[in-house]
Amino acid sequence: MKCRLCGATAAINMRQHRLALCAGHLIEWVPRHVARTIEKYAMFTPEERVLLAVSGGKDSLALWDILLRLGYQVDGLHINLGIEQGYSAASQARVEKFVATRPGTRLYTVDLKGQYGASVPELVRRRRGRKPCSVCGLVKRHIMNQKACEGGYAAIVTGHNLDDEVAVLLQNALHWNVGYLARQAPVLPPSSAGLARKVKPLVRLREREVAAYALLRGIDYIYDECPHAQGATTLFYKDILNQLESRSRGTKEMFYLGFLRARSEMGLPGPELERAELHPCSRCGQPTTAPGLCAFCRLWTGEHVRESGEFDGEF
Amino acid sequence: MKVIYRDKTWELRGGMTVRDAIRKVGVDPEAVLALRNGVLVNEETILEDDDELKLVAVVSGG
Repeated sequence: MKCRLCGATAAINMRQHRLALCAGHLIEWVPRHVARTIEKYAMFTPEERVLLAVSGGKDSLALWDILLRLGYQVDGLHINLGIEQGYSAASQARVEKFVATRPGTRLYTVDLKGQYGASVPELVRRRRGRKPCSVCGLVKRHIMNQKACEGGYAAIVTGHNLDDEVAVLLQNALHWNVGYLARQAPVLPPSSAGLARKVKPLVRLREREVAAYALLRGIDYIYDECPHAQGATTLFYKDILNQLESRSRGTKEMFYLGFLRARSEMGLPGPELERAELHPCSRCGQPTTAPGLCAFCRLWTGEHVRESGEFDGEF
Repeated sequence: MKVIYRDKTWELRGGMTVRDAIRKVGVDPEAVLALRNGVLVNEETILEDDDELKLVAVVSGG
């Protein structure tokens, strides 16, 4: 199989695009594809400063590399969640290594245990009945929003790729989670003062394309999965979607892009229409659906934490 | 040839494509990238007896 652009041996075949590319052309094609996505969905402009959530995984580090190459003003925020088995330490090391090789890049690091008093596993033990991924998501959403607002960033950028989005879409559609379906979009506009805009520039790229880019660019990312992700529902849905894809090329794009189009054409509620009544948290001031403490602040107090108490279900 | 995926290794005969080798060891070709002797290769590449094929998982989630 040959590269469509130069005839050299192809490193990857993207069947859904009917496009095979060699290594050299893939690492040029990916940033152009991301740039088109950013423009298509009006995510942000080169004049705006954006804050990228950086985990140390392939998606966020590849995205950081891409945005820097495209000339965007992007700073990184890494949250050390204190995950066991050396996972968080290894993740942070990958992020710091990335920054060390790119002079001038700005990284903010938040150590959850050091700065707030407890790691995610410790919070889970305190809050028996609450799942680690749920606590982790809540912590990340809160801190990312706080830092983005404090720093005056135009948007929070995350490395969610097409496979992530399609898996979430399938899960939400199967359960008819109408509220989550309304909020699933490449751009999540702020529905209230104190909430930052969220954007996903990798939403049109597949996981294997992002991983190939990271490998070819020599990005040292954390290869192992979070120990809490083993058996995660998302992985189950991704497996099913890959099986569908093997039988029918382009299923993932058809499902996700068809969903966005159908929602628009059918006039179904989207993220821009959502206007929940929000109140400032009495402790941190961030918006929350219920008066009093927000779900993040309740994690650190004796108050009961409702699974649905946090306003924003993204990240 | 040798196929390596996570902490497992298989010995297969050469002459088959990367896609066939991936399927032979029970892995979904959509879920991995293939490095032949350290170089990223497409799934139609024919493998030789002395090749080492390392499969890199691309699926993450949680």
